[in-house]
Amino acid sequence: MPPSTSSDLTLSVNGEKYTLTVDHRTTLLDALRERLDLTGTKKGCDQGQCGACTVLVDGRRAVSCLQLAVAAEGREITTIEGVADGDQLHPVQQAFLDLDGFQCGYCTPGQICSAIALIEEHAAGWPSAATDDIRPDAGPPPLTPEEIRERMSGNLCRCGAYVSIVQAVARAAETKGAAA
Amino acid sequence: MTTATKGSVGTSHTRVEGRDKVTGAARYAAEIPFAELAHGWLVLSTVARGRIRALDTEAVLRMPGVLTVLHHHNAPRVDNDYVGLLGVPPDPSVALFQHDRVIHMGWPVALVVAETSEQAREAAEALVVTYDQEPHDVAFSAERQTEAYPVDGHAPGVVEKGDLEAQLASSAVVVDAEYTTPEEHHNPMEPHAATALWEGGRLEVVDSNQGTSWVAGELANLFSLDPASVRVRSEHVGGGFGSKGVRAHQVAAVMAATVLQRPVRVVMTRRQMFSLAGYRSPTAQRVRLGADADGRLRALEHQSLNMTSSVHEFVEPSAAASRAMYDADAHHTASRIVRLDVPTPTWMRAPGEAPGSFALEAALDELAERCGIDPIELRVLNEPAVGPVSGLPFSSRNLIACFREGARRFGWADRDPRPGVRRDGRWLLGTGTAAASFPAGAMPSTPAVTAEADGTFTVGVNAADIGTGARTALALVAADALGVPTDRVRVRIADSDLGPAMIAGGSMGTRSWAWAVTTAAEELRQSLAPGADIPPEGITVRSNTAEAIGALAQKERHSFGAQFAEVAVDPATGEVRVRRMLGIFAAGRIVNPLTARNQLVGGMIWGISMALHEEAVRDRSTGGLYGADLAGYHVAAHADIPHIEADWVDDPDPDDPVGIKGIGEIGIVGAAAAVANAVWHATGVRHRHLPIRPDRVLMAGGDA
Repeated sequence: MPPSTSSDLTLSVNGEKYTLTVDHRTTLLDALRERLDLTGTKKGCDQGQCGACTVLVDGRRAVSCLQLAVAAEGREITTIEGVADGDQLHPVQQAFLDLDGFQCGYCTPGQICSAIALIEEHAAGWPSAATDDIRPDAGPPPLTPEEIRERMSGNLCRCGAYVSIVQAVARAAETKGAAA
Repeated sequence: MTTATKGSVGTSHTRVEGRDKVTGAARYAAEIPFAELAHGWLVLSTVARGRIRALDTEAVLRMPGVLTVLHHHNAPRVDNDYVGLLGVPPDPSVALFQHDRVIHMGWPVALVVAETSEQAREAAEALVVTYDQEPHDVAFSAERQTEAYPVDGHAPGVVEKGDLEAQLASSAVVVDAEYTTPEEHHNPMEPHAATALWEGGRLEVVDSNQGTSWVAGELANLFSLDPASVRVRSEHVGGGFGSKGVRAHQVAAVMAATVLQRPVRVVMTRRQMFSLAGYRSPTAQRVRLGADADGRLRALEHQSLNMTSSVHEFVEPSAAASRAMYDADAHHTASRIVRLDVPTPTWMRAPGEAPGSFALEAALDELAERCGIDPIELRVLNEPAVGPVSGLPFSSRNLIACFREGARRFGWADRDPRPGVRRDGRWLLGTGTAAASFPAGAMPSTPAVTAEADGTFTVGVNAADIGTGARTALALVAADALGVPTDRVRVRIADSDLGPAMIAGGSMGTRSWAWAVTTAAEELRQSLAPGADIPPEGITVRSNTAEAIGALAQKERHSFGAQFAEVAVDPATGEVRVRRMLGIFAAGRIVNPLTARNQLVGGMIWGISMALHEEAVRDRSTGGLYGADLAGYHVAAHADIPHIEADWVDDPDPDDPVGIKGIGEIGIVGAAAAVANAVWHATGVRHRHLPIRPDRVLMAGGDA
């Protein structure tokens, strides 16, 4: 009997459990889009170079095209469909909408997921290449436009909406800071 | 109607589909579910020229899930002897699988169709294709000028006025410089994708394109179908930039759906896009400017060369960009092509103007230096009263107003013209400017505007919103024409059943659709009796703007702009950083300032990307590209882009009912030249070859 080329697994996405049989070759990205009909996560390059497929895996951003679905079992996956609170948009989504942080919209879910994680990473004190003082006790650097640009550089936007994306991330970070 | 509205056009409005885009609800072409969907995967040639000797389909057909393999022996026949909506014959490259010839590296040789995309991909990669390989030639350079010939594209190939050599000979100052721009690829974020199926005797195609009337017409012609039996939809489009017309993916999907009689989806991979989606040809340009000592031009020559495929003449009309800009007694412009074993290039954001303005506006900067006058004043001095070669009046020309406003906001008056004298730590600083222009036009469209019984209005117009905000702009335009608030207007677009309309291209989409929508909406408004009941089916008025557009007087019709850039150059690493950029445009009435600013800035970002980053390098030994992906081909990322401002001066088009000119492309024009001119100002070195890579900066030395 030839070895099996598929497996049964349970994926946890946006708080829901999905049990399905997947081809071992299926990426997390394709499982979300083709099997779970969660097409908000976009396929821009399928090789980890554009960021359009960014999702949150256990709260941290990851490109879902470079993960196999079978490796995502036991992780909590959050996609763009799961970041709003019902009808209430996430502050990052609201800021992208209000400040026109997109044009064609195809990189947008990835940009938004990336920005949500960025704000958490920054608040947790993670430095970036744009951070002047990277000593562990220095605390979070000011979230300047330069910091945002550096930390968002894994997410390409070919329409060139970068200026308004940076403004949207800054506004969302302020909103979150004010709410905290 | 007595509803008093302040007017929606000119006020910022978030995108009507914006919520769907930020929540992931907006579905793009590859995201519409179909029952019994099969997946096609294109197999591309691994040689650049030759003949297909054999395809070993037997082995592949036995693989799990494989349904069929289409190739030149068994694919449906197509007819590519026609002229489509845009008035040009198709690139024969879209006639897939019709013969055994390989035209370029990455030429489609087969389509493998399977139950799942994983099965299709594995089978496609397992398909053994053997070739009788022939020597290929992909070596583009200025030296190919001897084999080149001029071609009329959307502009005449050659336009000449006056005695060029005589005027150059009598000029006090002559600038004679060669410029090159590399092969550039559109790379919209959404890969090309189409699903085709036959339903009730009609061919249905769900696609990602810049015009469904256009694509439906091409498919009807290719497959010899009644145009009424082809329906193409394209609700959301993840960027186009000129690359999303009829291409291999739709044709392959239609063939497979026809053979299998079930829905088939074909999606290009990012790597496949580099050989199938079109691109901007590299250019080799020569500009000669002759001027009096005070800078007044006597001679302007602009020659451009680009490459095209062996099967289709595509000209990148870079020299045409000079024809509306500056007058000179002798004015010669010519765009030529040389045929090589490469894919056919296509329109890419500001075709002609983007590379052409780099050469012309960099040459102007060199002339300003040589004459010792300010680059803006040089342009003021050479501002033409009428079209320099046409003699036609300008519909409006507010270029100098753009420069004056831009200079004020950028702080140009304080600029020390000397190069290489400003430092900020390890960085050399400089500023540069350049002019921009792009043709303003309109094409016929046939929308319908319906007054619904519930008091709302539905606009059906076969527009495409590829990220331009067209859907939103048309809602604002229709609201004003109807005299109602925008929330009472619903806009339906991107469905060929809505009737023929202009594509999203040539910066003409929104203007063309808005004109036609305005015409229909105004007629509808006049026909509605106050207080009268509207029947359940509503009252619909259709318009067709063909006659009105055809009656437009001959004029030079263009948008204009002034670009300003400040750069920092590290002479130790060769790194160039753009620190700030400002563009001031005279581009007609701005319908939606929120989205317009975004689009203009996006164009300027393309200019930065063109100036510093983008370059597809063709391997002469294989005929293909090195690193044909988003790692090997760098498009500007967040960290490359500083704060950029775009604004405009008042410039309503006097002959357009809304005053629109079009803003899709003007933002990139002149932007690369402004950056290159700023690099000169920082370093004292002229960079005439794009992109201005670190190695080029280092090799050029400079005043470091």
